[in-house]
Amino acid sequence: MKINNKLHLTKRTLIIVILTILFVYPFWWMLVNSLNNANEIFGKPSILPRSWVFYNYVEIFKIQPFGRHYANTLLVAFVGTLGNIIFSSMSGYSFAKLKFPGRNLLFIVLLTALMMPIEVIIIPLYSQMMELNLSDSLIPLMLIPIFCAQGAFSSFMFRQHFITIPNELEEAAKLDGLSAFGIFKTIMLPISTPIIAAAGILAFLSIWNMYLEPLVFINSLNNFTLPLSLANFNDSYGLPQWQYQLAATSLSIIPIMGVYLIFQEKITDAMVGSGMK
Amino acid sequence: MKNKFSLQKQHQKEALMGYAFIAPQMLGFLFFIMIPLISIFVYSIHTKNLLFGTNIWCGMDNYKALFYDSVFLKTIKNTIFFSLGVVPINLICSLFLAFYLCNNYKENKYLKTIVFLPVVTSGVAWAIVFKYILQGGTDGPLNYFLSLIGIQGPNWLHDTHTAMISVIITRVIKNLGTNVLIFSGAILNLPNSLIEAATLDGAKGIKLFTKIKLPLLMPSILMVMMVTVIGSMRVFDTIKLMTDGGPEGSTMVIVYYIYHQAFKMFNTGYASSISVILFSSVLVLTIIQWSLRKRLSYYEN
Repeated sequence: MKINNKLHLTKRTLIIVILTILFVYPFWWMLVNSLNNANEIFGKPSILPRSWVFYNYVEIFKIQPFGRHYANTLLVAFVGTLGNIIFSSMSGYSFAKLKFPGRNLLFIVLLTALMMPIEVIIIPLYSQMMELNLSDSLIPLMLIPIFCAQGAFSSFMFRQHFITIPNELEEAAKLDGLSAFGIFKTIMLPISTPIIAAAGILAFLSIWNMYLEPLVFINSLNNFTLPLSLANFNDSYGLPQWQYQLAATSLSIIPIMGVYLIFQEKITDAMVGSGMK
Repeated sequence: MKNKFSLQKQHQKEALMGYAFIAPQMLGFLFFIMIPLISIFVYSIHTKNLLFGTNIWCGMDNYKALFYDSVFLKTIKNTIFFSLGVVPINLICSLFLAFYLCNNYKENKYLKTIVFLPVVTSGVAWAIVFKYILQGGTDGPLNYFLSLIGIQGPNWLHDTHTAMISVIITRVIKNLGTNVLIFSGAILNLPNSLIEAATLDGAKGIKLFTKIKLPLLMPSILMVMMVTVIGSMRVFDTIKLMTDGGPEGSTMVIVYYIYHQAFKMFNTGYASSISVILFSSVLVLTIIQWSLRKRLSYYEN
């Protein structure tokens, strides 16, 4: 019995160690080496930085406009998330609560956007944006998460939510003389904060992490977003400047990690929900 | 009579409001989904070059050319190989972990937190870190640790035999968390009465797992499988940043090839015909997924 117990504990410890190596060590390795000199990065890995070069974190802002890239990403993520929430909550409400001819058909049509990979439609989107003279700007990066798959997904989430709200609430508001827009703004939105948070988190993360879209749309260095910026820490021979690339990558990950650790349950719930769509 | 009239008017007003509320989203849908979707079909039957502005109708020529394009054929093969690698590894590991995390161990909250860390990380950041970890010689940490136990690790990302498997593993670790949590949820929702009844009948251990739990989980497993297949077919950032399609095109996948043809070679028409192929495959997989979803909710009810 005692041996069995010991074996069991060993198994548990082993699993903790393996999972920590797989899921935490890469981040730890990144942080440690973002504080090393270039020649200290490879070879024997160390648990702590060898020379604590905090200057790496200053240098990244000098090599390229990293601050600007950070601000661009924040701006795109903020506007994209806000637009996503506004338009999809409106359409979700309408699909759930207002009666009009063709409602179900239009909703099904909208849902086809869920299965449309951005990779499929990126070529025509690019030429459309070029015709509108918007191609080398942040605007397409804001519009895509509002109207493509992410937008349709939020709209779906909002519809499923509003459908569960009893009609009596609206009837009472109507008797009080509220218009449809008034009901939406003063009654429906305030009781939907959990859905707004969930849809907002998903939209924000997907925008923060998007790569193909900026790669295709953005040319000028000043309009780069973080993923492009990270991949761009190369010397004149095209080889990566390791310590800077790792410092910049750490700076791009840390806020997201912080938010994740604080709102862990909300984020995992939202993402698991979206995995089952 | 008057009452009926005003009721009708009210309905009309509600319908108008309904349209007004969906108008922005639907207009966006038209411009960002519908028109581009029609466009790729139109582009794909043209010899179109974004750089030179050529646009000549060419019928099915682009599609015919695909059959003779050895790079395209390799791309398809690689994409299938990638998916065949990612899907089983991902499903087996995530099922195992999900069952493990259903135990009431005190460390499981920590484990749940960490398996999800890579999911919220951007694909770009994850790929950059793994590119370093997988450096050849004894430079990269992985090979360093392997050298400690006497194994000389290959140059993972620059060897045609190991590049694809490296990318597959990187991708699996990145996305495992979502599926682990989906399966955990499904396991917690398993009908207790059935499992108790089976236990009373003497089923336990492996038998309980293969004969009772696994079949009950099958609908969720199939669903998750389809989602993972579709995700694998769309892989791009991992490949672009870790191997850039190399070495010798051994990790060139379909989206990478679309990007390469459209935005590096400017063969817009030809790239669109590849997009049509990708679209059709995703469409078929999605239809399968949705019909599974229907059956799943049938089981749930």
